[in-house]
Parts: sequence; C-alpha cells; structure tokens
Amino acid sequence: MRSLIRRTSPDALPRDPAPSRMGYRYQRMMLTPGFRGTVRIGVPILLILIIAGSWYSKPENRAALAATIEEAKQSFQERPQFMVQSMNVVGGDLSVLTEVAALLPSEFPVSSFALDLEKIRTEIEALDPIKSASVRVGQGGALEVQLTPRVPVALWRDGTVLRLIDADGVQSGAIMARAERLDLPLIAGDGAEENIAQALRLFAAAGPLIDRVRGLVRMGERRWDMVLDRDQRILLPSENPVAALERVIALNDAQDMLSRDVAVVDMRNTNRPTLRMNEEAAEALRRGNTTISTNEAGN
Amino acid sequence: MGDLYDSQRAMRQMRKAAMQRGVVAILDVGTSKIACLVLRFDGPEQFRSSDGVGSLAGQSQFRVIGAATTRSRGVRFGEIDAMQETERAIRTAVQAAQKMANVRVDHVIACLSGARPRSYGLDGTLDVSGGMVTEQDISQVMASCDVPDYGADREVLHAQPVNFALDHRSGLADPRGQVGNQLKTDMHMLTVDATAIHNLFYCIKRCDLELAGLASSAYVSGMSSLVEDEQELGAACIDLGGGSTGISVFMKKHMIFADSVRMGGEHVTSDISMGLQIPAATAERIKTFYGGVVATGMDDREMIEIGGDTGDWEHDRRTVSRAELIGIMRPRVEEILEEVRERLDAAGFEHLPGQQIVLTGGGSQIPGLDGLASKILGQQVRLGRPLRVQGLPQAAIGPAFSSAVGLTLFAANPQDEWWDFEIPAENYPARSLKRAVKWFKDNW
Repeated sequence: MRSLIRRTSPDALPRDPAPSRMGYRYQRMMLTPGFRGTVRIGVPILLILIIAGSWYSKPENRAALAATIEEAKQSFQERPQFMVQSMNVVGGDLSVLTEVAALLPSEFPVSSFALDLEKIRTEIEALDPIKSASVRVGQGGALEVQLTPRVPVALWRDGTVLRLIDADGVQSGAIMARAERLDLPLIAGDGAEENIAQALRLFAAAGPLIDRVRGLVRMGERRWDMVLDRDQRILLPSENPVAALERVIALNDAQDMLSRDVAVVDMRNTNRPTLRMNEEAAEALRRGNTTISTNEAGN
Repeated sequence: MGDLYDSQRAMRQMRKAAMQRGVVAILDVGTSKIACLVLRFDGPEQFRSSDGVGSLAGQSQFRVIGAATTRSRGVRFGEIDAMQETERAIRTAVQAAQKMANVRVDHVIACLSGARPRSYGLDGTLDVSGGMVTEQDISQVMASCDVPDYGADREVLHAQPVNFALDHRSGLADPRGQVGNQLKTDMHMLTVDATAIHNLFYCIKRCDLELAGLASSAYVSGMSSLVEDEQELGAACIDLGGGSTGISVFMKKHMIFADSVRMGGEHVTSDISMGLQIPAATAERIKTFYGGVVATGMDDREMIEIGGDTGDWEHDRRTVSRAELIGIMRPRVEEILEEVRERLDAAGFEHLPGQQIVLTGGGSQIPGLDGLASKILGQQVRLGRPLRVQGLPQAAIGPAFSSAVGLTLFAANPQDEWWDFEIPAENYPARSLKRAVKWFKDNW
C-alpha cells in the first residue's frame, strides 16, 4: 500500500544547490575590494548627490534654503548674549568725539556679529587727531572705544594753512591762526615734517634766543634755517646743526652779535662762520672805513 | 612534452603571483567530494630570510581561511566525466570557501586522483670533466635524461629529480658547487592522460580561475599523511578514495612511484546497493554507519533497517544483519587491496628498506580495515591522518582530506621539478634571435 502522507526520506540526497554562473560571478565581483568599496560607498554617495542636486536645481528650493539659513543665522546672532546695548568712548576731546561717533553705529541694540570691530578701529585710526584706538565689546554688551589722541609738538606752515604736527611728523589737525597755539614752535619748508625731532632739538637748544625765534625753515629738504624776528636768519649746516646753533649763541653772548644790524649768520661752513649785514649797515661800515682812510691820507 | 613543460613553467609563475597576492585556493577534485580550501600566505615565516624548512614544517607561513566541501558531480574514477556538472560542483565549493574566507580567490592549485598515472624512472649522465657543478649542469643533466615514449595522449604531471650522483658518490641531494667528472641523475616522471588534465584545465578556466599548479592526489596525500621518517626510509601511502585508490611510494623524501587503482569506496557502495536492492544514497549511509570488514558473532544479531519507498510494507521494512553487510563489503575491499598489492609488487616495494604502509583517504575509515590490510599488504600497516595545518576547520581534519591538506603543503613549498630549473642554454630558441637580426638588416 502506498503511504498517503509523503514523508521526506532521510536518505534523500542533501540539497546541494550549485550557484549559477552569473551568481558565482556576482559574488566574486562583490568580493573584489575595489568594486565592493564602490558599491558600498560610491553608489550611496552618488545617489545622495543626485537627489540633492535635483532638489537644489529648482529656484524656489534654492530660495527656501537660503531663507532658512538666513533665518537660522539671524536668530542665532540676535540672541541677547550677542547684542551690544550701549557705547562708551574714552579719551579725546569733544571735537574728536563727534568725529568718532560718526563712525560708530548709531542705533542700539545691534548684534555684535554685525559690528566689524577691526574695520571700525581702522577707520578711527585713520582720523587725523587719533594716534591709536582700541575697540571692543566689553562687559554688559557695551561697545568700548579707547582713544589715544595725537599730541601736537609743532606747527607746520604749509602755504597759508597751519597744521599741527606730532612727534612722528604726522599732522593731527589744522588751525586758522598762529595765535591759537602760541605754545608750539613753528616750522616750515618741504620735508620739515620728516625731521621734526631735529627741529625740536634745535628749539630746545635755542635757549636765550627762544623769545626771538619765529620758527625753523627747512631748506632744500636738507638743512634748517632759524628765522628770528627783525628778519634775521641763522643758516645752519645739515651736519650737526645743534652745535652750530650753540656756537651762534655763544657768539651772541660774547659780542651781542644778533642785536646788531646783522641779516644773516651763515654757519653752513662750520670752519668759517660768515655774517651778512643789512644794506645800511654795510653802507655805514664802508663809509666809516673810507673816513678813516681819508683821515689817514689827510694826516 | 614541450607544451606541458611550458605550461608547467607558466603555472609556477602563476603560483609566484598568487604568493605575492597572498591568497590561493586549493581544489581537490575527487570522485565523491570536491574540497576547496582558501589559504592566506601572510604568516610570520612569509618573509623569513634564511632558507630551509621553517617551524611547523614550513606551514606557519600560511593559514586556512576558508574551507568548503561539496558532493562531487560528474566525476568518475577521479576523472572528469561530465564537464558542466563538475564545473557547477567546483563553483559551489569555490563560492562557499570564498564566502567563508571573505576574499576573492583568483589562483587555484588542483589535484586529480585518476587519469591512469604511470611512473617512469629516468636517468641522465653529463660529463662535467673535473669542473664545478653549476645550475646549468643540472639543467643539462636533466635534459640529457632518456625520456621514454610515453604516448602522444599523455602529459607529464611530475618530473622530479630524486637522486644525483657525482662519479662514485651517490645519494647527493644537491651537487651544486661540488667538483667531479661525471654527473648522473635519477628522475621520477609521472605521466597521466592528457584528456583528463585538459578537462580539468577547462573546468577551472570556466570558473574564472587561474590554475597555479597541478599535482597527483596520490603524491600530495603521501606528503600530508606520511611522517618524516617514513618518507625518508621508504613507505607507501594508499589513498582509498571514492572512485580510485591512489598509491604512492616515497623514499628519501621523494616520491619514487605512483599509481592508481580504478576502484574505490563508491564501488563498495554500489556493491551494497546492488546486493541489498537499495538506492545508492541509502547504501552509502548504511556503509558509513554500519560498515566494516571483520564480522564478529555480535554482528549477526545487529539488524539494520534498510527501508524503502515503494509503499509495499514487506519491501519497506526489510532488514539486514550487519554480518551480511560486512559480507558484501569485504570482498570488494579485499579486491581493492589485492590490486594495490599487485601494483606495489610490480613496483618492487619489497626491496625498500622501510615497508611501512599507510592507509588514508575516506575509505580508510572502514572499521577493521587495518587488520584486513595487514593480512594482504604486510605487517606494517597503519591508518594515516593528514598533518594538522593552521586554521583547518574541525570538519576537514579527517583522512578524507589528506590530499587537500597535502596540496596546501605542496602550495607552500613545492618540491623542485624539472621545470623549476633553468632551461639548458643550447635549448634556447636561436631562431628568434636570428630573425631579429634579419629584421634589422632588412629595415636599415
């Protein structure tokens, strides 16, 4: 009798399926490191790129993305921690402060991301009266500006304008009349501002003459002329002018030279100081000389 | 012969390339199973500078990282019979082993058990006239061997120099650098049917693999299951396979004879199948579970259900006693062993100093076989199991895998063969050079 229930015979051959040729090749290909790497990493990346690219290629998507990014940036930057509430400018006088205030943001609060501190600092330092400045956002969201003004040490006459010059030779402003700053010495001439230190030394060395000094004139961008009142000039050499000036002062002390009718004291050749007298004085001298000689001739 | 000589050289190059890549597959194409092992050559000994055999008999340089066995299909008597089927079986084994190893294998070293191997002993003489023996002399002395006419349809599978003699001193392993007058060599050459090799080549090529070496399964199972002193003193390895039984005789660590008997375990199975009128699969199963060659009184009482699928109760409830089963198996096993005995006698095995006989292969697992074999083959019979290699799974350490394991040793350090030496200088094709010169003359 045939059994109705089909039993799987234990003696049946074990299932032993052979891979198909294509399956075998596929498996071998997948075991190749380069190919496997491409499939496992390259293909997903490519898919992601394609999807992202197709999404990005639509202008409305691009706009939406830009808007989202902008919004996120805005909301981050406008957090209260980053807001600048006030400003505090230290140093400098009132006229400087008004100039500086024009360069600083006018409306508060403003996000500190919106402030370009370095740019503000450069702009402030570009102002004439400011030597240096430090700009920072300090405690409590205050914009702190620390100014170091330039200190003028001399006046420089440039045509009709009188400019204030500090020790570095940088002009820090202009004034209308000499009378405004009588405390500062006056210099003039091309290249005068580049040798301000020497000029200051000369002024310091002027000593007893200082009341009579009108100013220093740079001649030929090479040497100084010291101009005194009564149109007197002391021509100083380009080398070692202070010593020459001291010699003039010594001569003046000894012989009261400058109170006489001398137009120019020429110290350009230090071995041979030369005087040029005014015309009348020269005339008088010549006359005196002639009188003496005729007297001698008459005797 | 030049054809195979070249292809053997090409295979050696391929083997070198496989070593560079570090991964090579071992394929044992047998009648009952196809085994594939994947070896990785990156052990600590891989870059050892000194020569000689390293630790663990040089096996620590490789590791088995993948192993797979599949039922063989389309192979009869150790020869490929149905190419498509065999190709599928090879694909199955290789794919499973690759999957286990998780690396792609491109080079395969294969062995085949059948193909009617025939051994030849060759000898050659060269007059070196008092000079020092150089590598070139060795190539020349091997080239001077008198090669017998082994037939057009046969190919040389192995050609190993087994002995060198310089003047009156024989038994030299390496005569290079020695001074003498006359250099002699003895060479063992094994030829097999060309068609079997070509079929195997073709099957492996169809699986997108490159053949990096070819060996006789009798030789490699001897390499794996004979211990060193047996190989040195002389021993025979009997590889009882599924469709053929391989015989290899070793002496002084060289194979000096190999043969195969075209009978094996599958013949025992078919005897059982025919004798008991049961399907081959059932026969195989009861052979492996209850088989034996020595019956005892107890076996008369042990009844084996042999079953059936016909629906006839009488037929499906048949039983046989184990004694009956043994009665069927024993004559066939005896026949195989007698045949082996004949082959060994023909080879002059009795003249060897060592008479050790080692039984290995899947058939050697029949209980009581060693007792039967010692009656037929001689007193010194033992059952051999293959050497242990690193990483071999538990399922593949039995005697059925001795040729696969031997093939791993063959892959790791193959013996010098004829084609490993330089081509003798006078055999270089002179014509090609002449043609090159002629071409230059014609064109300039």
